Amino acid sequence: MDIDPFIFRLSIFVLSIFIGYFVVWSVTPSLHTPLMSVTNAISSVIIVGAIIASFSSSNVNTISFSNILGFLAVTLAAINIFGGFLVTQRMLQMYKKKEKKKDKK
Amino acid sequence: MSANLSSIFFLITGILFILALRGLSSPETSRMGNLFGITGMILAIVVSILSVDILFNNLLFFIIALSIGGIIGGFIAFKIPMTAMPQLVACFHSLVGLAAVLVAVSAYYNPESFGLGNFQDIKTASIIEMGLGVSIGAITFTGSIIAFLKLQGLMSGSPITFPGQHYLNALLGASIIFLISYLILNQSVQIFWTLIILSFLIGFLIIIPIGGADMPVVISMLNSYSGWAAAGIGFTLENTALIITGALVGSSGAILSYIMCKGMNRSFLNVILGGFGTDSSSSNNKEKGEQKPVKSGNAEDAAFLMKNASSVIIVPGYGMAVAQAQHALREMVDKLKKNDVKVSYAIHPVAGRMPGHMNVLLAEANVPYDEVFELDDINNDFANTDVAYVIGANDVTNPVAKTDPKSPIFGMPILDVEKCKSVLFVKRSMSPGYAGVDNELFYRDNTLMLFADAKKMTEDIVKNLD
Repeated sequence: MDIDPFIFRLSIFVLSIFIGYFVVWSVTPSLHTPLMSVTNAISSVIIVGAIIASFSSSNVNTISFSNILGFLAVTLAAINIFGGFLVTQRMLQMYKKKEKKKDKK
Repeated sequence: MSANLSSIFFLITGILFILALRGLSSPETSRMGNLFGITGMILAIVVSILSVDILFNNLLFFIIALSIGGIIGGFIAFKIPMTAMPQLVACFHSLVGLAAVLVAVSAYYNPESFGLGNFQDIKTASIIEMGLGVSIGAITFTGSIIAFLKLQGLMSGSPITFPGQHYLNALLGASIIFLISYLILNQSVQIFWTLIILSFLIGFLIIIPIGGADMPVVISMLNSYSGWAAAGIGFTLENTALIITGALVGSSGAILSYIMCKGMNRSFLNVILGGFGTDSSSSNNKEKGEQKPVKSGNAEDAAFLMKNASSVIIVPGYGMAVAQAQHALREMVDKLKKNDVKVSYAIHPVAGRMPGHMNVLLAEANVPYDEVFELDDINNDFANTDVAYVIGANDVTNPVAKTDPKSPIFGMPILDVEKCKSVLFVKRSMSPGYAGVDNELFYRDNTLMLFADAKKMTEDIVKNLD
């Protein structure tokens, strides 16, 4: 009997939970805020679904309801991607500045 | 691009995201980690675009949508003050939730394009996954909106409770599970939308009874939800990148919730059921507080004490964030260091309104991160320290957590500020903290209360240190 592809996806999912568990425990508590903003940014990879929705079509020259939902989702995900990664970068940059200052002293 | 090839690229995206989180294990590697994350995201977007049939009109609108989002996101990222990070993160969570809902609705109306079957004839496995994704997404959306409103102060931070609340939530939860199962038999528009509306409603209802001080748990929990929503959509779309990311984010949020609950010695269920720090208990304590004598001082006294100390530990809390006192604090510490005073910072796990909130604020004020310590690392040092400068923190220093089993905060790990030779409390008034518990430290002989705004007091101390 063939294995349902769902089982493969479920395996990936469960193993990823374990990876997440171990990786996140190793994150230093002082970086928990950047951790939240970066997980926020990466969860916007949901944009891949939004892209499929944006380009889904049954009729070539018209923009369908599904497309409009797709464009909206793209906008929301883009806010998150740009906002999330940039604000994380900005925070992490602050942790760097201090190092330099200390070196100078 | 063939489906196999794009799947491999999506796997690479997943690995890059794992490396992005891995990088956060130390500040040195964290920026590299963030670059991995950005690379993974660009890869995912490019691969997705190459996998669809590109139509000119759609491409045009797609680029416009992406640009609008990018400009808004970039603008927010550069403008947002660090003190507002908790509400920003809550707001971002709501966007992930809503995006998940939109994608699921789009897939529901046009399943052909997603390869899921036909309208109202979607494959059984897919419709369940879609139901779960849309429901968790909707809960994340409204829940995060409420969390945002509470954190932004647009809505009262005090818990909103009403009789039968838990029964109503249980009923709604059961209905949602029933509707998701019912979608297998009947994929009608009515049932799909009822599911979405009920999920919106329960997201709203589960967050309103949770008080302001429990926000670190709520934000972490919603972080986790946004991950599970992404994973649900990932299963629907059969997309590896989304499944891996959803699992990573989901477990990350869950771990943070656990750490926050442990920091308050409360069970997760206890936080979710809400209603902590009700008005009645805090008013009782206020009366008690007024009867006992308190020593209060001014900036001059505080400056004198700290200048003549050999070591000082700073204990920042949410009050420091509200007053934006981190820069003044750093100035004060610089002055103290010139006077050969050893200064370090002690951070309680639940200080502030989100995990790591205080660390980011101190980083913003250019405090070197090796002077900032977590509870376990610094707690033994208080006994050998001359002065503790408690700025905007209260409950996390309250010794009652160790002594009074009846206290609502009993068992919560606290910073042993009481062991210092003297304690300075910067506070605006005698009012108890969010837990509604009176702090007996205020009445001790070696405690000096500094009644003022945290920023103003710190600035005054700086002037007096010259």
